[in-house]
Amino acid sequence: EKEELIEEWQPEPLVPLVPKDHPALNYNIVSGPPTHIITVNGKECINFASFNFLGLLDNENVKSAAQASLKKYGVGTCGPRGFYGTFDVHLELEERLAKFMRTEEAIIYSYGFATIASAIPAYSKRGDIVFVDEAACFAIQKGLQASRSNIKLFKHNDMADLERLLKEQETEDQKNPRKARVTRRFIVVEGLYMNTGDVCPLPELIKLKYKYKVRIFLEESLSFGVLGTHGRGITEHFGINIDDIDLISANMENSLASIGGFCCGRSFIIDHQRLSGQGYCFSASLPPLLAAAAIEALNIMEDNPDIFQTLRAKCERIHKALQGITGLKVVGESFSPALHLQLEESCASRDNDVKLLKRVVDYCINNGIALTQACYLEKEEKCLPPPSIRVVVTVEQTEQELDKAAALLKEAAQSVLS
Amino acid sequence: INHVMHNGGLYKRPFNEAFEETPMLVAVLTYVGYGVLTLFGYLRDFMRQWKIEKCQNATEREEQKDFVPLYQDFENFYNRNLYMRIRDSWNRPICSVPGAKVDMMERVSYDYNWTFTYTGRVIKDIINMGSYNYLGFAQNAGTCQEAAAKVLSQYGAGVCSTRQEMGNLDKHEELEKLVARFLGVESAMAYGMGFATNSMNIPALVGKGCLILSDELNHASLVLGARLSGATIRIFKHNNMQSLEKLLKDAIVHGQPRTRRPWKKILILVEGIYSMEGSIVRLPEVIALKKKYKSYLYLDEAHSIGALGPSGRGVVEYFGLSPEDVDVMMGTFTKSFGAAGGYIGGKKELIDYLRTYSHSAVYATSLSPPVVEQIITSMKCIMGEDGTTVGKARVQQLAENTRYFRRRLKEMGFIIYGNEDSPVVPLMLYMPAKIGAFGREMLKRNIGVVVVGFPATPIIESRARFCLSAAHTREMLDTALKEINEVGDLLQLKYSRHRLVPLLDRPFDETTYEETED
Repeated sequence: EKEELIEEWQPEPLVPLVPKDHPALNYNIVSGPPTHIITVNGKECINFASFNFLGLLDNENVKSAAQASLKKYGVGTCGPRGFYGTFDVHLELEERLAKFMRTEEAIIYSYGFATIASAIPAYSKRGDIVFVDEAACFAIQKGLQASRSNIKLFKHNDMADLERLLKEQETEDQKNPRKARVTRRFIVVEGLYMNTGDVCPLPELIKLKYKYKVRIFLEESLSFGVLGTHGRGITEHFGINIDDIDLISANMENSLASIGGFCCGRSFIIDHQRLSGQGYCFSASLPPLLAAAAIEALNIMEDNPDIFQTLRAKCERIHKALQGITGLKVVGESFSPALHLQLEESCASRDNDVKLLKRVVDYCINNGIALTQACYLEKEEKCLPPPSIRVVVTVEQTEQELDKAAALLKEAAQSVLS
Repeated sequence: INHVMHNGGLYKRPFNEAFEETPMLVAVLTYVGYGVLTLFGYLRDFMRQWKIEKCQNATEREEQKDFVPLYQDFENFYNRNLYMRIRDSWNRPICSVPGAKVDMMERVSYDYNWTFTYTGRVIKDIINMGSYNYLGFAQNAGTCQEAAAKVLSQYGAGVCSTRQEMGNLDKHEELEKLVARFLGVESAMAYGMGFATNSMNIPALVGKGCLILSDELNHASLVLGARLSGATIRIFKHNNMQSLEKLLKDAIVHGQPRTRRPWKKILILVEGIYSMEGSIVRLPEVIALKKKYKSYLYLDEAHSIGALGPSGRGVVEYFGLSPEDVDVMMGTFTKSFGAAGGYIGGKKELIDYLRTYSHSAVYATSLSPPVVEQIITSMKCIMGEDGTTVGKARVQQLAENTRYFRRRLKEMGFIIYGNEDSPVVPLMLYMPAKIGAFGREMLKRNIGVVVVGFPATPIIESRARFCLSAAHTREMLDTALKEINEVGDLLQLKYSRHRLVPLLDRPFDETTYEETED
């Protein structure tokens, strides 16, 4: 009888078939480096899609630092940090990052996504409580899933909603004080949200932190090297003492134009990740040439603090220029270098919205401005943002190019959406 | 327990794997050792709490002292009292290319490993038996490095975008075609980090209502990927085919635990070479079981790609099987190719699906261009497409080194785990004090080794792990063996009761691998 059951059982196919014209299946092919002028699918365009905020992807000093490192160390590190994978460049980069952010210690990961996804489960375990913003990026969501803690979502940037959740938790605690004494609580927010382009209200968060005794984890992937007079991120932007934030995590793939990520904070907190950060202990370390590129990029950031002001001016300019396009609305702060353009009136289904936006993007690429749609995994996201076009501002773009992009988008919206 | 299997013609070659049992006296002494350490740990904690001894741990901020403590005191007990004592064996900083010989920065500790200071001196030419450099591609000169340098000056170091947005360079397409050709599969996809390849793609393949059968000793990335997927996980004993068959039978006959509905899919997760044991998966039997019970196989070849098989194509070639039998072939570029990143290879439908739904393609940055170039050049070298026989020579040199090294260690009387053909050689130490002593003594003699203890291994089975490389010459191996012999006598590590009679030194047997006529 058992044999019969084994004979009869038919599993599902390992993967369902993906239709040939699925929008996400056909990638844009970039020939050559993804710098200011980029060749997408054979057409030369101005790059408004790569997160190369400070234009360091093409910088000669960065490249020569990486070349020197390549000559000395080769490409790979052939081992995790614990087993002969720690190079002096890694130690130097950690020191420099800690000094730049003015914290005690920093720790480097070899992949940006893995940084926050390994940092959260290192501290928050089953039974702990994490309050997280609805618009948190996917890496944070995966970190929270891996930690098995209780997740409480609060509405995006809504401090009243967060306070309500915290108060509810307080009344719960009073019912069970023994358990409350060992349950850790965290708030996870992003400095500059990737999905909505706005900043979190950090001063209010600090007040809530001390009132309800919750620790704050700040994810600064987009705001590192963008906000603040010296590019130190949102803490400098708001003028907050960096020790008030328990952990700052960022990836080096945006402003620093390298690969990898880092966490910084007090030694009390960061040192724990050296033994319990999964992406740190069980994975090979960052190739030294990428670490050397990041160090040189940091040098450039420290020597030229006026590029942040220039970047901000360009962001304001394009933000103003993109207002008033019929059919598309601008989502994001005026000083955010990563904006979204969403449809003012959405059609009935998401698929149709996506198709419409794709036509706008294709029109722009055909006329010399490289744009892309913001891509999401529709079934996996907790709170799926509406479909949008991503517009990225870099210091390398001239004012004419910004104006040209805005004009072209107006044209495209006119021709496709009306 | 020695297995020499010729299981009804499934195995075309002898499969020699040995895990000698722990001698009883050694086990008892090890437990005693840990007991003493724990007692002292409690004593020191007591003294630290009552301020008799200075507490050198970092502490919480004054303003946050009334917050819920971030770490449980007991969690860090092991860390404070056992790990701290031998902490200098890990995280050793090096300052040269991680080839066969490496330069290390000297560091000393004046307060029993709580803090380290760098003296500024560099210890040169340490024989490196710890880096995963199986085919010796960790080089800072030569064709691979020159090609990578050219691509670096053309493309830059970073990419600044995800695969689905603007990060798909022509280099990535070239790499994926090459990887597919190398493995003998229809199509392949490359990712930026080996760990992330597992943790981001297993959730895309299976979900709730599916069953994952995972080996006991699977790597943390496979375990994390399995957990994140939401599927039910069942564990079978390490490399034990009877355990796996029983689980498969039960799963199909009984269905899901409460509802009794049939499972949607069953996925078996195994690794090519297990890095802590040095054992090779029993692939012919796993494939036979998979076909019989209609499940899917996910093979993680992180350590075995490039290191096994007559032309370095991994564990599938080693057993003479067809890559089409393995549904998902995953591997990393960090170990044998001297670069970074991971890949998944398989049928076109699988890769198309992953291109659309993999977490990494949508949210994570793609591979850095010079790293891609290193992989392309080294892979071409292994395949022989660059016009030289360097690749083939390296694969053979690695196999020769493996056999020689393992044979000599066994003759000396150490307990060595694992398969005879695996370039990962674990040497058992057992006692906690010997972990630290072995690491330090070998460093004094200019040999860098990796020692592992709890929690990466079971508590009494701590070991030293050697990773052989095609870059090691016979002289280096002989020097290393001489020193290991000395240290083994000094620390009384020769536990084995099956002392082999030393064979007359004969050259590597050419007929072991099927050679094609050139």
